[in-house]
Amino acid sequence: MNLDSLTQNSGEWLRAVGPEADIVISSRIRLARNLSSFPFTNRANTHQKAEIEQYLQGRLQKLDIDLQLDYFNLATITPLDRQLLVERQLVSRELANSEGPRGVAVGANEIVSVMINEEDHVRLQVIRSGFSMDEAWQEADRLDDKLEEKVPYAFSEELGYLTACPTNVGTGLRASVMLHLPALVLTKQIEKVFRALQKINLAVRGLYGEGSRASGDFYQISNQVTLGKSETTIINEIRDVIPQIIAYERQARQTLTRESRPLILDRVKRAFGVLKSAAMMTSEETMDLLSSVRLGVNLGLIDDINIVVVNQLFIHTQPAHLQKLLGRELDSEERNSERARFLRNRLSEMDSMN
Amino acid sequence: MQKCERCTSPATVHITEVLGEGKFEEHHVCEQCYPKYLHDSADLGQGAKALTSDSGGSELEEALFGQQECPDCGIKFVDFRNNHRLGCSRDYDVFRNELIPLLENIHGETRHVGKTPRRYPQTKQAEAEMLQLRQRIKRAVDREDYEEAARLRDQIKTQEDV
Repeated sequence: MNLDSLTQNSGEWLRAVGPEADIVISSRIRLARNLSSFPFTNRANTHQKAEIEQYLQGRLQKLDIDLQLDYFNLATITPLDRQLLVERQLVSRELANSEGPRGVAVGANEIVSVMINEEDHVRLQVIRSGFSMDEAWQEADRLDDKLEEKVPYAFSEELGYLTACPTNVGTGLRASVMLHLPALVLTKQIEKVFRALQKINLAVRGLYGEGSRASGDFYQISNQVTLGKSETTIINEIRDVIPQIIAYERQARQTLTRESRPLILDRVKRAFGVLKSAAMMTSEETMDLLSSVRLGVNLGLIDDINIVVVNQLFIHTQPAHLQKLLGRELDSEERNSERARFLRNRLSEMDSMN
Repeated sequence: MQKCERCTSPATVHITEVLGEGKFEEHHVCEQCYPKYLHDSADLGQGAKALTSDSGGSELEEALFGQQECPDCGIKFVDFRNNHRLGCSRDYDVFRNELIPLLENIHGETRHVGKTPRRYPQTKQAEAEMLQLRQRIKRAVDREDYEEAARLRDQIKTQEDV
């Protein structure tokens, strides 16, 4: 796998396959693990971090699994490539922006990624398209077992897997589901949903995790509690609440098409028109317009474009992807005009295909 | 949307502190202020401990306690308070008294009930041996016995490859 070929496609989580893929973009499992014989990453010196990296990388290569893992050394690749991996959700922003020996092993299809020397020595992630929490967990659990055969994890019977931050201790598990909720945003019911989720201890975040804005009406819902509940309980609590949110979103979509069809049609068509003809386009505006178009496609209001292409545009118009696709670095103003040009080209290709 | 009680951002974390005797306290903070909140509530936890302690010198005890250092990674609890990250897995033992109330606050529980590594008992032993070896290397390097250090390093390598 090389990063340039990665850029051309959209990765598993935006493939728009899997159950409820019109609303549930992806399901993700993350496990935090540490080596018992080293200090946590924040306390390890460069030498120790290099040792940890080398040790884990060696073990990952020897895993008894039918999955090829490609390793990217984050200390030596360009900042643009690091950003690319962040946009693809294979690497956290924290890991990309930190320093010292660190990296990520990525499986084919980009379903599996294992970050090394993030806040914890190991951050194992499985991300699947659509509402596939159980499949994601089974895969993460299996990989964790395989890695654990070769690596002594820091574990205590009382507190479970020991992590650098006490908010992750216990299972070290963060289960999250990314949802596209444009109708709940438009009908101003989204806050109500948030409040209900917070009452049951679930966190709501934007597209790129902690502290990020929910651009494009994408929301990630995840557990906060990691100690005192089994993995299955944590996953079930998330899994049980998602169908309710899906139902609310569908209801809101119905209300919109029933009560304000001309308005919503206008919104979708305008969004499409702007994307097809603007000369400057920020990444934020692109996300918001694509969100309206995505809603339009799912409501059958627009058939000029299919959902897979919309999903792909979400990622290809991100700053690092855009620059990689064009093969050069761009400042932010250049990016805005190149992004607009890219969208015009892609969407007029669609027109000529229809 | 409710505002964070510490800044002007929207509150995204909602906490109910159980004060005992059926008394509760509600707190609403944002993601950014949440670590600070945890840190302050850890202070509270410690305060409570000082109050219930029957030894008269609890203040002195606490002062000494905050200064206690992890023999493995060298951090003090005050370091954890400042950057919200522990230094190594042993800190969970060393700062146990401070951490347990904090875990109770965050998770509402203080005992793991999830997955256990299948080879946990062996791991524990291998882990202890490995730690010992690493300490011996450090001592060898300190006394500039590089031959011994190299020998120990090879030993770690073979053990790790098993």
